[in-house]
Amino acid sequence: MSIVIYIAVMAGVTYLIRMLPLTLFRKKINNRFLRSFLKYIPYTVLSAMTFPAIFYSTGNVITAAAGTAAALVTAFFGLPLIAVALAAAGAALIMGFFI
Amino acid sequence: MKSGFTKGLIHGIPIALGYLSVSFGFGITAVRAGLSIAAAVGISASNLTSAGQAAGVEIIAAGGTLIEMALTQLIINLRYSLMGLSLSQKLDDSFSVPHRMIASFGITDEIFAVASAQPGKIKPWYMYGLILISFIGWTLGTLLGAAAGQALPPMFTSAMGILLYGMFIAIIIPPSRKSRSVFGAVVIAAAISLLFKYVLTGVSVGFAIIFSASAAAAVMALIAPVSDEEEDA
Repeated sequence: MSIVIYIAVMAGVTYLIRMLPLTLFRKKINNRFLRSFLKYIPYTVLSAMTFPAIFYSTGNVITAAAGTAAALVTAFFGLPLIAVALAAAGAALIMGFFI
Repeated sequence: MKSGFTKGLIHGIPIALGYLSVSFGFGITAVRAGLSIAAAVGISASNLTSAGQAAGVEIIAAGGTLIEMALTQLIINLRYSLMGLSLSQKLDDSFSVPHRMIASFGITDEIFAVASAQPGKIKPWYMYGLILISFIGWTLGTLLGAAAGQALPPMFTSAMGILLYGMFIAIIIPPSRKSRSVFGAVVIAAAISLLFKYVLTGVSVGFAIIFSASAAAAVMALIAPVSDEEEDA
């Protein structure tokens, strides 16, 4: 399949999700289950995307595990996004020298 | 009008710097998955989102279907609908329908966070400043990462592949510390995702993410629904 079609579908769906609520709706969602579901969705999506894919993100499970550990520790102490991301890459790089 | 734009640009500088490095990782990841530099930059310029793009590249690399692609983007980016709903309450009267349609392109986690934190109503040109500089950071970083992916030593680019996931961890861990129910949601989603990877291996990547995320969110919505006082999701 053409990459252009894939990208068009990606971009089209993503834009509609952003555009429709901002343009059309003004009221608050009242359904409690739906509101709860939507509250958890950002975290469950990121979690499902990260695990186990992060362990394959560097092409080597050991360097990736070192990066994951660094990310978990720095995130636990509340460091900014960019610091956590760079700590993960730095730890993976350093571990790469030892194996 | 002009000062609002400049203010938006200035407020967006930290976002742009963060995006520059994270999208550098996305550029590398995309090229490693077999995409061209143009495709990687095209995805970033037209999508402006991290998690959805990462999943999209996986689906393209795996030769997934368009339905799978559309559903995956829908679920992963559903949070932007909520942000749009929230933001719609904060818009100035000068935010006409065309302005809303343009500015909605730039709703991301970080832009939403900065815009929401502004006192009072938001004007269109403030949003455009905030979005423009973030967009430049995201797209430029992707271009540099995709191009450098071929020039830098493999050891370096391999390590950079983890950048995006590092950012995801930075987003999910702090709220997991504060809220036991968020922590539960994160753990359940990861557990189901692992199940799909190692046990139910027939399920494609996109659907595995959709199912893991939806099931975990539904379980926690039943066990620990939000109270009526909680305004923000």
